[in-house]
Amino acid sequence: MLQLTNISKHYKDFSLNNISFTVHKGDYFILLGESGAGKSMVLETIAGLVSPDSGSIMIDDRDITKEKIQNRGIGLVFQDHAVFPHYSVGENIAYPLHGLSLKPEVKKREIHTIARQLSIENLLHRRPDSLSGGELQRLALARTLIQRPKILLLDEPLASLDTLLKAELRGLLRNIHRNGQTMLHVTHDYEEALSLGNRIAVINKGEIVQDGTPTEVFQNPKSEFVAHFVGVKNFFPAVIIVENGLSFAQINDSIRIRLITDPSRERGFLLILGEDILLSKAPIESSSTNNWKGQVVEVVPTARGIDVAVDIGMMVHALITPESLTRLEIEEGKNCWIHIKATAVRFINS
Amino acid sequence: MKRLSFVQIVFLCLGALVLLFIIAPLLGMFLKTSPQSLFETARETEVRDSIWLTIWTSMAGTLVFAVAAIPFSYLLARKNFPMKKLVTGIIDLPVVIPHSAAGIAILGFVSRDSFLGKIGSVFGLNFVGHPAGIVIAMAFVSLPYLINAARDGFSGVPVRLEKAALTLGASPFRVFFTISLPLAWRNILSGLILMFARGMSEFGAVIVVAYHPMITPVLIYERFGAFGLKYARPVSVLFILISLTVFILLRWLAKERKPTNNNI
Repeated sequence: MLQLTNISKHYKDFSLNNISFTVHKGDYFILLGESGAGKSMVLETIAGLVSPDSGSIMIDDRDITKEKIQNRGIGLVFQDHAVFPHYSVGENIAYPLHGLSLKPEVKKREIHTIARQLSIENLLHRRPDSLSGGELQRLALARTLIQRPKILLLDEPLASLDTLLKAELRGLLRNIHRNGQTMLHVTHDYEEALSLGNRIAVINKGEIVQDGTPTEVFQNPKSEFVAHFVGVKNFFPAVIIVENGLSFAQINDSIRIRLITDPSRERGFLLILGEDILLSKAPIESSSTNNWKGQVVEVVPTARGIDVAVDIGMMVHALITPESLTRLEIEEGKNCWIHIKATAVRFINS
Repeated sequence: MKRLSFVQIVFLCLGALVLLFIIAPLLGMFLKTSPQSLFETARETEVRDSIWLTIWTSMAGTLVFAVAAIPFSYLLARKNFPMKKLVTGIIDLPVVIPHSAAGIAILGFVSRDSFLGKIGSVFGLNFVGHPAGIVIAMAFVSLPYLINAARDGFSGVPVRLEKAALTLGASPFRVFFTISLPLAWRNILSGLILMFARGMSEFGAVIVVAYHPMITPVLIYERFGAFGLKYARPVSVLFILISLTVFILLRWLAKERKPTNNNI
């Protein structure tokens, strides 16, 4: 459906470099990256607002790299919705229908249909300055979807919304996708990416650093940047040492972790999920071969549990339940034991 | 009532002096002009014709030059180009140069043996001593007000709204007329009113290009020179009253109106 091949654009203090990815029909594709990574510029290049210095953009095997903005069949919803303040809600939605040879009653029906689908039919006569953030975002979506774009580009659509509205709009976006709309959604929020996308590309400093399914990206990050960005905290550069046929990953002078890996691998990264780390008040007899005593540095509640940072000579983050935290009497400044199974340690070749 | 600080009292006194500086001469003139002399002056054909000439030539100059000035202002607001600073400096020139000197420059530009004058002659138009010359002189000195106000207006229109319009299928022309212009309209209208006002009050450039037919500022000057202050006052007061009425009316028309929805 949409194919970017080696898209590059150079400015004085920023550039996009050889951006390539493919969005298939029916995909919900997420472009994930920090602020300033170049996500919005990629969208504006696809939409035709920015001309690339090199590379090509294809939609349905048609080269649209130099095509006029109006003829690309693309809908773009801006981060701050960019609703026209001097038009009513209805007039905003009607804007793309100008110039189409539609009868007035057909136009009216189209407007009411899309407004109903996005639950803003009762707001058609209102002015944008009287709408809430969520209503404005729905209006921006309605105005874009009425054109029936081949692909819908979304620039951080949930960024300016509170948690409740975010959840509501996420549901709306899923519905739109379920109705067959191909989407390219740009965000800096990895949880948003995980909850919506079926394919993800991570962008950093104007370059795609990894792309794949959410499982591939989040469970097998290929770089420290991707790992930290997608919320993996236990991601360490390591050197593989083999002793008596057993593989160990040397992290630093004092920390060596037993793992199961191909002994021919030499350098790479260790990835350990927080939920795979056990904590205890005292040393325990278990199948875990990696056990250390350390000091609890930080205890942080998160949406998925309690993140406990323990210094064992390097900082390790364990994810436990609140009940476990209470039961084990884990507190900042106190000591505890960390246990990591060799089979839970993942090695990623660099 | 909230007590004023010492600084606020000082500033108020200074402000009062500034206001007095503006109001006092005008008030004095109004008080020294009897209603009867005002009424008689208003009945004079020469005066009525002069006021009407002043109003319509300034209006014509504003509207005709706005057609080019407004799109130009849009360009200045949106584009960077080589020597842009020089261009914006040139735009402000008519404000800083002496207006009689501007009149001399315009005279050289529109006289019969000039390029423009020759073209005018082909159509039977002589700019010197003609309302067309008055229009040009008024527009020359007042254009900066419109261009700067319009440019500021366009600068205040978020670029992303124009980008959004393009992605919704609008051509650049449609974006300009449906997004940029309406959102900058209040500034543009202010600029138009300022240009009109400035044109109406022009004297130095116009008197060089076209002493006759006489616009009202020239008529006031002639009556003052020929007959003295007492004879020039009624025309001045009348012209000020009419100007104020026109401007108040324009400002009222420029006030924001509630939108009318199409039948959606």
